[in-house]
Amino acid sequence: MAKLTFNGGIHPYDGKELSKDKPMKEILPKGDMVYPLSQHIGAPAAPIVAKGDRVLAGQKIAEAGGFVSAPIYATVSGTVKTIEPRRVVTGDMVNSIIIENDEQYEEVTYTPHNPDEMTKQEIIACIQEAGVVGMGGAGFPTHVKLSPKEPEKIEYIIANCAECEPYLTSDYRRMVEQPQKLVDGMKIMLKLFDNARGILAIEDNKPDCFKTFKELTKDEPKITVKALQTKYPQGSERQLIYASTGRAINSTMLPADAGCIVDNVDTIVAIYHAVVEGKPLMNRIVTVTGDAVNDPRNFLVRIGMNYKDLIEEAGGFKSEPEKIISGGPMMGFALFDLDVPTTKTASALLCMTKDEVSKYEPSACINCGRCLEVCPSRIMPKKLAICAEHQDEEGFVKNHGMECVECGSCSYVCPAKRHLAQPIKSMRKTVLANKKK
Amino acid sequence: MGNMLNVSSNPHIRSSESTTKIMLYVIIALLPTTCFGVYNFGLHALLVVLTTVATTVLTELIYELLMKKKVTIGDLSAAVTGLLLALNLPPQTPLWVAVMGGVFAILVVKMLFGGLGQNFMNPALGARCFLLISFTSIMTNFECDAYTGATPLAALKAGESVNVMDMIIGRTAGTIGETSMLAIVLGACILILLGVIDLRVPGSYIVSFVIFIVLFSGKGLDPQYISAQLAGGGLMLGAFFMATDYVTRPITKKGQYVYGIFLGIMTGIFRLFGPSAEGVSYAIIIGNLLVPLIEKFTTPKPFGKGGERA
Ligand code: SF4
Ligand code: SF4
Repeated sequence: MAKLTFNGGIHPYDGKELSKDKPMKEILPKGDMVYPLSQHIGAPAAPIVAKGDRVLAGQKIAEAGGFVSAPIYATVSGTVKTIEPRRVVTGDMVNSIIIENDEQYEEVTYTPHNPDEMTKQEIIACIQEAGVVGMGGAGFPTHVKLSPKEPEKIEYIIANCAECEPYLTSDYRRMVEQPQKLVDGMKIMLKLFDNARGILAIEDNKPDCFKTFKELTKDEPKITVKALQTKYPQGSERQLIYASTGRAINSTMLPADAGCIVDNVDTIVAIYHAVVEGKPLMNRIVTVTGDAVNDPRNFLVRIGMNYKDLIEEAGGFKSEPEKIISGGPMMGFALFDLDVPTTKTASALLCMTKDEVSKYEPSACINCGRCLEVCPSRIMPKKLAICAEHQDEEGFVKNHGMECVECGSCSYVCPAKRHLAQPIKSMRKTVLANKKK
Repeated sequence: MGNMLNVSSNPHIRSSESTTKIMLYVIIALLPTTCFGVYNFGLHALLVVLTTVATTVLTELIYELLMKKKVTIGDLSAAVTGLLLALNLPPQTPLWVAVMGGVFAILVVKMLFGGLGQNFMNPALGARCFLLISFTSIMTNFECDAYTGATPLAALKAGESVNVMDMIIGRTAGTIGETSMLAIVLGACILILLGVIDLRVPGSYIVSFVIFIVLFSGKGLDPQYISAQLAGGGLMLGAFFMATDYVTRPITKKGQYVYGIFLGIMTGIFRLFGPSAEGVSYAIIIGNLLVPLIEKFTTPKPFGKGGERA
């Protein structure tokens, strides 16, 4: 059988061996916790606590600001210190609730549910109430994704277990340590869609997970496990759908248009926690790695915890980092400052002693065609970058610039070290902004 | 720590490929045929090679210094141009002609169009054609100490018999770097293995050329004739090292096939029906001019386009 994959893509050094084999470690955070009110796509959440209030872990502190929004929960017990703008990973200042952690970790009591006795509406309401959002990075509220216009047309629910970003092993550890939760989460999602089948799409560099899931799902006729070729960006939504179902969608379509819903590992586990255990989204797995930290590994982190403390937990810096990235090296944000909180979408903290980007200076394009060859969107990064640099919106759109999935493969591969993804990305933002006007 | 961290847009890693590396690989891949040329034709051939390379590199350097531009000779592209040009010159080319060719290649074909990546014509071939037009007799005189007769292609065209084995090994008259099919293919294999070039252009070029001469040479499927046509003249050097020049071939995959086929047909027309026995250089130059058009019609369809649902 031909390998399940997409056209294009790259094979960067994957760095996963740094953290892959160490069990994840739970951290009880110390000090102030910061909860940005906007850590999802959509309207910011609205605080429902005030300065001086005492809160418990698991208590809701901010209400969803609309349908496309998500509530936020305290993850420690303590006192609300203040509500003020704080810096987040993107560098923006976002209004945040700050809680002074009393280090007692007192929790509210949760009400577990039996998903078999719940209606579809109840399940979705439960997920919505728990504040579950896409934890792979996008932060799109999950209940919105699970409420397509025509639910009967959904044929595939795909669990994105590709984890194609180099260095990241958080999904991997989750799959190794809690595979049953993923399968159970998938089963809950399948309850919502009568005509859907579940696919666990795993890159073939994780044969152990593939085996585990095969075993765990052998009595689940509705769930199949598929091995995809290991290649970046296999986990990009459109590429993943194509590889696992053969359906191709473009920027004007949603996965639901191709009868698919895609969610990543941690999100599906969060669905499990929300529905079965009645627990809101309070923690996530974060890979702290890179050649600058002493003990690279995965941590079960309470959302709101400061990145600096996370580094401490990983044994501190072994040598001075030159660059710190929130997320993976391909799509993550370079941090200006470590003093930012962990959010629902923070998958990794990558500390590198060398900055590969500043090492090189962009030179003239030699028309080698490599960017074209690797682009999963089959567009012409070279040309689009030029359009973008000249602010040529028309040419940019005409040359299908909006189809870019911002994977960065083009910049990675360019021998002339040109910045391709960067201007394309900002041009896309401009075009989108102008469209809205 | 604050400002000490480097901040830049993603992606944060880069492949180890670089322009300089690619050019270095090309130079390495050209060494077998260069060495064979020097061995075959003697010391003067070496002088031609060295002179041409030195000229292209110095021309680029001086131009950039005078124009106060960033010096780019470190990317080795000027050296590649020089080497390719030298390999396309007859072994007895006077050194002043080589110098003129080098200056023309860099100054006129490359730099005046904006430098690396902007030229629409392969600089080495542009310079070769310029020299051919300006100094026709020098450029078509392949006599040297080692060989006094015509080039095998000319002999073939005149209906004389040729020794195909000698042609494959390269023991014939011709330009410095074009005679040895063996050495060129060896170099091409290096480039393919290193991922610098692929077979799209050279493959479609050579295959369509063979089909063309089978159809129109009147010799049909004569293996002797076909091998002589393949091994003779600049076809191998052109197909693997000049038609594959990134800057002047189409960037789209489909376009590369179209381009290769076009070159094959043009070369066939020049060789069979043209006044001279050779036509590779002209075919590639005409092909270069058509690249924008070819690219326009072979732009790939973006992923998922056309699949829109209402
Ligand atoms: S153009 Fe966009 S989709 Fe294509 S490789 Fe570059 S970043 Fe990825
Ligand atoms: S990869 Fe870089 S050098 Fe090659 S065509 Fe694209 S932009 Fe030009």
